Amino acid sequence: MRETTSSVFGKIVSALTVLMALAWLFPVYWIAATAFKSETQTISVPPSLFPSPPTLDAFTYVIQNSPIFRWYLNTVIVSVVVTFCSILFSLMCGFAISRLEFKGKSLVYGLLLIGFMLPFSAMAIPLFMFMNKLNFVNNYAGVILPQIAAPLSVVVFKQFFDQVPRDFADAARIDGASELRILFSIYLPLNWSIAWALAIVTFIATWNNFFWPFIVTNSTNMLTIPVGMTQVQSAYGIAFAKTSAIAVLASLPTAAAYLMFQKRVTQGVMAAAGLK
Amino acid sequence: MTQAELTRNPTRSGPTRPRKEHRAGWRVAWIFVLPFLFFYILFLIYPALQVAYLSLTNSDIAGQGSLIGLSNYAELLHDKEFWASVEHTVYFVILTVVPNTAVGFFFALLVVRLRRLRLPVLSAFFLPFILPVSVVTTGALWILDANFGIVNSLTGSTTAWFSDPTWAMPGVALVTIWWTVGFNMLLFIAGLQNIPSDYYEAAALDGANGLQRFLFITCPLVWPVASLVLVLQLIAQFKIFDQVYLLTGGGPYNSTMVVLFYMYREAFQQGRGGYASAVALVLVLIITVVSAVQYRLLRFRR
Repeated sequence: MRETTSSVFGKIVSALTVLMALAWLFPVYWIAATAFKSETQTISVPPSLFPSPPTLDAFTYVIQNSPIFRWYLNTVIVSVVVTFCSILFSLMCGFAISRLEFKGKSLVYGLLLIGFMLPFSAMAIPLFMFMNKLNFVNNYAGVILPQIAAPLSVVVFKQFFDQVPRDFADAARIDGASELRILFSIYLPLNWSIAWALAIVTFIATWNNFFWPFIVTNSTNMLTIPVGMTQVQSAYGIAFAKTSAIAVLASLPTAAAYLMFQKRVTQGVMAAAGLK
Repeated sequence: MTQAELTRNPTRSGPTRPRKEHRAGWRVAWIFVLPFLFFYILFLIYPALQVAYLSLTNSDIAGQGSLIGLSNYAELLHDKEFWASVEHTVYFVILTVVPNTAVGFFFALLVVRLRRLRLPVLSAFFLPFILPVSVVTTGALWILDANFGIVNSLTGSTTAWFSDPTWAMPGVALVTIWWTVGFNMLLFIAGLQNIPSDYYEAAALDGANGLQRFLFITCPLVWPVASLVLVLQLIAQFKIFDQVYLLTGGGPYNSTMVVLFYMYREAFQQGRGGYASAVALVLVLIITVVSAVQYRLLRFRR
């Protein structure tokens, strides 16, 4: 298919592709542009394409009038802890299933596969009751704990570890290395790229998660950013610059993570879907 | 993965495994498995069993209640609002699953033929997918705002997208496709890249034109990915909640009240934990059956 690129027709298609990509990005641009406008400029007729003059009023208002830093902190804590625990536990479990022999292995693997079919959101009711009984509603434990187990990551790690020659582990064992040592100094370094990819994807997904934090928190101080920003909006009424400003602030970390680690994100998403 | 496993399996299942590994492994292995398994069973498997149990009770949202047999399901059968929510969900699934897959395939075709512009174009289509849902809906409510939104001011339309019963669900579907199509595109790109280029060269030598190459090489070889995307889409779209909650709140006139929203309302606003659990369980059943059926159908046609 490559050779078409050189023909005139190919050039036209390429140009149209770029135009379409720009159109696809337009909403993102529009939110960002609105955030730098004054409220009066946002509703001017006809709409102005650029903020003129650009102003930080909306940002300063949002920062002064909402607990956005507290929400940032909450979201960072939740995302970092979930990502760390989830990747660590998945690594260990994936390694055991791939490389160790133990009773009940097929049972564990079977349980894992069942998990794919259980939609998390359908478990919200008993999970909420459970958290309520443990007094975890409206605190970090309640938001974090149910997000840690990621059967998909376990399976991905298992598949990657399956491809490491067994001799590596056997040789290390003969030299007296513990299984933990074998995982962290042989298997993990050989699979750094997929581990990073899964970590970044887990981080982004946890940061963006709306449903569970929305169910398990309601006190203003415990909200994560994706949930918190919706509360502010209903309080502001019609205030497009301010709601856009908070949207920009809410998506900065994940957008930055994506732009910095594009390849890893792509790799992680594909691995999670079962394609490599 | 499968290839590597197949080639290695013979050595793995050899008649005698090294004894040492067995002995050292047993306890250590469980230490490796336990942290994951603890969270997995406590926060996924146990709740799944609880949903089934709760659906047989008249529990409130704190979990207080008693067994009432199958009454919740009997009520569900005659609950018009529930069946309406099933209908709305199916409508949303129809509006999203195939269009989202088709658009993803189309974008993938456009992206793979690029060279220098490939990464920026790919990122442009994919970027929305990494935004939080509430950012996406904020943007949508602003851009499609009836009075001040740029779409209406440029087109002169006065459609109040999310408060018009005709347009609310298509609006939610449109926003969903804009948000998630990048994921499908990515999978299709992987599928397209896996097609060996010799196939195209050989076909070109035999005089096949572009359309023929597309129809007889690209399409059949990309079909496994397409069926994967369709199944993933189907499962994902049946679980629609976030976008509806944030864009329409289930309205106008309940026209976007989907199953998961109905479950949420019954449980967390009406305090009917038991009844809502029955709703949840029926949703799980619907998803399982429909995706199994779809998987079968798609596989047989390959």
